[in-house]
Amino acid sequence: MTPPLLNIKKLSVAFKNSQQHLTQVVHQVSFQINLGEKLALVGESGSGKSVTALSIIKLHDRQRVNYPTGAIEFQGQNLLQKSEADLRRVRGKNIAMIFQEPMTSLNPVYPIGTQLIEPLLLHEGLSKSAARSRMLELLELTGLPEPHKRFNSYPHTLSGGQRQRVMIAMALACRPQLLIADEPTTALDVTIQLQILELLENMQQEFGMAVLLITHDLNLVKRFAERICVMQEGNLVESANAEKLFEQPQHAYTQHLLNSQPERIQTDYDYTTAPTPLLDAQQIRCYFPLSKNFFQRTDNEIKAVDEIDLHLYPGETLGIVGESGSGKTTLGLCVLRLQNCTGAIRFAGKQLDRLQTRQLRPLRRQLQVVFQDPYSSLSPRMTVEQIISEGLIIHYPDLNHQKRRERVIKILKEVGLQEDMLSRYPHEFSGGQRQRIAIARAVILEPQLILLDEPTSALDVSVQKQVLELLENLQRKHHISYLFISHDLKVIRAMSHRIMVMRHGCFIEQGETEKIFNHPQHPYTRSLLHASLFM
Amino acid sequence: MPSFIISRLLSTLTVILGVITLIFLLIHLVPGDPVQAMLGETATPTDLEALRQALGLNQPLFTQWWQYMTHLLQGDLGTSLYSQEPIIDIMIERFPATLELAIAGLLVAILIALPLGSIAALRKDTIYDNSAMVFSLLGVSIPNFWLGPLLILLFSLTLGWFPVSGRENFLSLILPALTLGTALSAILARMIRSTLLEVLNEDYIRTARAKGLRESAIVIHHALRNASLPIITILGLQLGTLLGGAVITEIIFAWPGIGQLTIESIQRRDYPLVQACILLISVSYVLINTLTDVLYAWLDPRVRYSV
Repeated sequence: MTPPLLNIKKLSVAFKNSQQHLTQVVHQVSFQINLGEKLALVGESGSGKSVTALSIIKLHDRQRVNYPTGAIEFQGQNLLQKSEADLRRVRGKNIAMIFQEPMTSLNPVYPIGTQLIEPLLLHEGLSKSAARSRMLELLELTGLPEPHKRFNSYPHTLSGGQRQRVMIAMALACRPQLLIADEPTTALDVTIQLQILELLENMQQEFGMAVLLITHDLNLVKRFAERICVMQEGNLVESANAEKLFEQPQHAYTQHLLNSQPERIQTDYDYTTAPTPLLDAQQIRCYFPLSKNFFQRTDNEIKAVDEIDLHLYPGETLGIVGESGSGKTTLGLCVLRLQNCTGAIRFAGKQLDRLQTRQLRPLRRQLQVVFQDPYSSLSPRMTVEQIISEGLIIHYPDLNHQKRRERVIKILKEVGLQEDMLSRYPHEFSGGQRQRIAIARAVILEPQLILLDEPTSALDVSVQKQVLELLENLQRKHHISYLFISHDLKVIRAMSHRIMVMRHGCFIEQGETEKIFNHPQHPYTRSLLHASLFM
Repeated sequence: MPSFIISRLLSTLTVILGVITLIFLLIHLVPGDPVQAMLGETATPTDLEALRQALGLNQPLFTQWWQYMTHLLQGDLGTSLYSQEPIIDIMIERFPATLELAIAGLLVAILIALPLGSIAALRKDTIYDNSAMVFSLLGVSIPNFWLGPLLILLFSLTLGWFPVSGRENFLSLILPALTLGTALSAILARMIRSTLLEVLNEDYIRTARAKGLRESAIVIHHALRNASLPIITILGLQLGTLLGGAVITEIIFAWPGIGQLTIESIQRRDYPLVQACILLISVSYVLINTLTDVLYAWLDPRVRYSV
């Protein structure tokens, strides 16, 4: 029997903090990969999957990392015992790696060509021109359009998908036996995700290498991997054949993960008895200048939102779907008058577009926002009580401290948090808890409309489901209308009564959720749905 | 890149025109009569009027500005009231000294700060890092008026290695450059340490490591160029300030530069010379800033493309 290509035996990883105290984050993890095999390491954030992957070629900060137990055997040799010089000969040559964020993974000050040929110059001693022609072939293979022209381009001039193709070509330069792909599609749009995944599959077959896929996305795993290892809090809790794991998950955590996929929780909205819309926006247009001439006149602009109509009924959720850069967030901010735009906006009988900032202020109570990133949208210098009660101080100045506190406690309980959390600061909470605080801050003002801008994108899948259920409960209880922005079609399907699809700032199509999902009219919607169903 | 340089040069010219006009207006619109100030309280009205006519101060402000600009374009900055020499000649004599000292000071600062800051970042939280930061703290804390005389005492008077003052040969440049460079190197070393630490944590450094590059190649090729961007901004601003004359250092070492000249001309109420000094300092500052912008764009393609 051939020995495995990579054999990780009882690997533990710990990190030193500034006081030199060790914290163990990976506990005795063991798994193997054979040549030509596709293995996925799955888990939520903090599960230790990336730490394990980076340990394979020892990419952690040498001054901080410690390996209390275990061995990482690659082609029979323990990489943990290799010197730095020996490891450098393995990195990029035998084991290559691609990362989550292709924009930041490429050096912004060098053309991609310079970065692409580095492994070949280093490991194979090729001349620059030989390395260049080899890389051009590889770029062609990865599907980068016009590789000759783009060879001297800088990373920022390429799209996210193109940059990830460059990263893949760079990783494959020396024909490695093992490719570690750490969340390779997470930062990409859904249609690009599918393309990159297909590319990885093709390359794996072409080069016959093993692929270790690190991801939190179970759908991606289902599509790609032959074998799956599930990690939770630094432990490997289950390892099985992909088919078997999806059909008969053994460990409770794996079952929990599989059950956390968003399912439709929204009941249908009765449009036959729909009253007049709460929000009615006509011909919304928002252009951003790209460059100005010497006289500061705009000579090039980007049409972030181009003449879009939008209406939203009381208690309804309108899901706005589109890939990054489609203008969905800008549209949301425009209709709330948080972004300058042209067009008519009517909200609860008032013409918002004609109001001055001061006249708008009392209406702000009715129009709330919950942002994507609960880490940066809550002030780190304010306690939970200060954060949630800030709006009350402005909009209900007659409430005394006691009454304000009572309301804060009530809403805190409503969003599933406890009274004793009042005096704590945001950094003391998990991502899901922080998003609950952000929701409480919005809901306490009893708004009629909340703009939810990717409210679950930064959250793990199990937490995501809880937050969606909370939002649905609050909507039913308080009869709030939601403008729900997301790039994630599963989340949109779970939450929305109606969907609007956007692309490049333009309206593509809209309709009731299930109708759009079952009978999309526009080719773009069809391609979006196709990609999301496969992912 | 050429279009970037042209656009920067055009805006630089506009700024310089604005600066010249502003300086002209500041000197001409300040309360008080410059002629009275020049001739003193005892001057007769006839003398005052004669000087006013001689200097063209009795003409409308715009005519004076126009004359000033046309003279300026011909390289005529006027005549010093004190020495009666053409100001342009004084500038030509003094400015090279300032330029020499500024560049030498900056070089000293870079030569000290680059290894110090880099070692501190690469050996973070070790004895090397701590020692570098202690030096940096000392460098910032020691004032030039104390360090300068101390260096003279040690290296000139005791050891006799360098001249005490003046600008005679290369040796006379060493002590003033060290005095200027020490404080600057301290600030720069801290800046290099913090930016390098930030850059070393970037994803593209991890990519470079994953390719199998040596640590030295990673630092020199991938990290330093990115880290140099904020450092260049600081260097540009510092060089601009130094070109305005390092007044204290120039006085301590009797260095015949612009800083010393500015102080002397203010004390002598030599207004045309004061005006010329301010003009030179401002224009140098603007030009250095333009150079910094161009350098920044050369190093970072994102800046080039965004214009």
